[in-house]
Amino acid sequence: MKNFSLGKYALPLYSLLAFVYLLIPIAYTFVFSFNDYVKSNIAWRGFTLDNWIYVCNEQGVCEAFTNSILIGLISTFFATVLGTMIAIALVRYRFKFRSAISLLLFLPMATPEVVLGAGLAAQFLSTGTPKGMGTIIIAHIMFCLSFVVVTVKARVISLDASLEEAGRDLYASPAQVFWKITLPLLMPGIAAAALLSFALSFDDFIITIFNAGPESTFPRFVYTAAARGIPAEANVIGMSVFLLAIAIVVSVQVRGSLKAKRLAKIK
Amino acid sequence: MAFAAFGHSGSGGKAKNAPASLGSAKVALLLLAPGIAYLSLFFVAPLVSLVITSLQVPSAAGVIGMYDYGFAVGNYAEAVVSYFPQILRSFGYALVATLLALLISYPLAYFIGVKARRWPLLQSLMLTLVIAPFFISFLLRTFAWKQIFSNESWIVQTLQTIGVLDVNQYLVGTDFMVIFGLTYNFIPFMTLPLYSTLERLDIRYIEAGSDLYAKPSKTFWNITLPLSMPGVISGTLLTFIPMAGDYVNASRDFLGSTETTMLGNVVESNFLQTNNYPSASALSVILMSVILLLVTFYVRKSGTEDLL
Repeated sequence: MKNFSLGKYALPLYSLLAFVYLLIPIAYTFVFSFNDYVKSNIAWRGFTLDNWIYVCNEQGVCEAFTNSILIGLISTFFATVLGTMIAIALVRYRFKFRSAISLLLFLPMATPEVVLGAGLAAQFLSTGTPKGMGTIIIAHIMFCLSFVVVTVKARVISLDASLEEAGRDLYASPAQVFWKITLPLLMPGIAAAALLSFALSFDDFIITIFNAGPESTFPRFVYTAAARGIPAEANVIGMSVFLLAIAIVVSVQVRGSLKAKRLAKIK
Repeated sequence: MAFAAFGHSGSGGKAKNAPASLGSAKVALLLLAPGIAYLSLFFVAPLVSLVITSLQVPSAAGVIGMYDYGFAVGNYAEAVVSYFPQILRSFGYALVATLLALLISYPLAYFIGVKARRWPLLQSLMLTLVIAPFFISFLLRTFAWKQIFSNESWIVQTLQTIGVLDVNQYLVGTDFMVIFGLTYNFIPFMTLPLYSTLERLDIRYIEAGSDLYAKPSKTFWNITLPLSMPGVISGTLLTFIPMAGDYVNASRDFLGSTETTMLGNVVESNFLQTNNYPSASALSVILMSVILLLVTFYVRKSGTEDLL
């Protein structure tokens, strides 16, 4: 790499600039969540906390938010259960059609959202299924599933099989081994997968719009509002979700690093 | 895969640690069946529906928005002819934006994966910054760029004053703006896989290069880049695909205009607004075919085990 000769500072400086670039729209959204706007939240008109305190005063935004949370929770539950089962099977068992199944699991991640959305919508159309919350949830489980498999699979691979063997040596039944040893050990991976799945579902717009009935979701609310300017209350909700997600991820990382340090000391 | 590499160790799952006593085919089937059935029903079958719909003919009764089953292969020719600029734009934008994302991401991923190796906590915090844009709504962050580059913004005003833009020339609604938005929105998909291969790169190879008096640029082209090729391939795939199918960035209410419509915009409006299902489906099938070609190329290169 160039930086070996170009001095120590080029690459760190570049990375700093890259991070600034990545964070600009987030900073913008944050700042304008405090804007004392009147009709459209475009020009800065002064600082206020009202958007944060009276979020639900903006018509429709909280209903959309509640719908998104509900859809996210239900789809995450099903996607996580189905995906974890597949991940365990993929690592622990040998079976035929292994590469066909890998491909089937990979393809939904490689398919553009508009194709996934239009495909399901075409299917609902030809089977005469009315679109609504149910069809949105069906769609979300479908596209979250593969991401769960990928995330949990990594955890299953790194699992120490000797712990389960110890359980069996002590005459634990297969069910006991699974519930008392395997599942708790997999929990960090499953939790990460569930978080990812929820985030994907919560933020999905394209697949949702193809398979939604009249009900609004948060991204749908934002999209519709975009034509006339997005209200600051939507920024408030977006930022709250952002801050919560960052807090969770960073605390997990800091805990992990403290744990690693403690382990290093023991050794 | 990129996602597996993030936050966890190990990929390329071989059933190395599979205890023989657990491995009964019946259990495997029970574990796999529900999820595979789900995907067959709601992923594979819809793709088939898409192909069937793409071949439909207008209903004999003459009702607008109603179609009968048929075998109208001509729908494809019609779709390509009528929407050729949009098809070209989709792949053109996606190609340029993918290259930009690669150029922007590579040094960043190198810094996090190689230079910051000694500080694992810093590494993971920087990775969090890379994916931070994912935690704020896709639409909100795209809209933020629209406001930042709006016609009244100081950026546009300045560019007009110094003569980069003409007096009545703006940024929102141009090819540049859509490519800018696509690049920004999908950069993490590029940085993560690049990071995960660079993180595992054996630094001694690079040191060997410089020990043998290779110029840094030579070391980069002959050693670092070839070793990080898996990351480059999966990163370009992971960004190109969603970019080619995106329609939010190019949408009139966000960064685009009627001059920047992409395939996704046409599929959306034909499917949801004008109810021209066969045309929307034919375009989706075309998009999907191109993607499948790319995936096939990828599988040829690295095999199916690395897919997940």
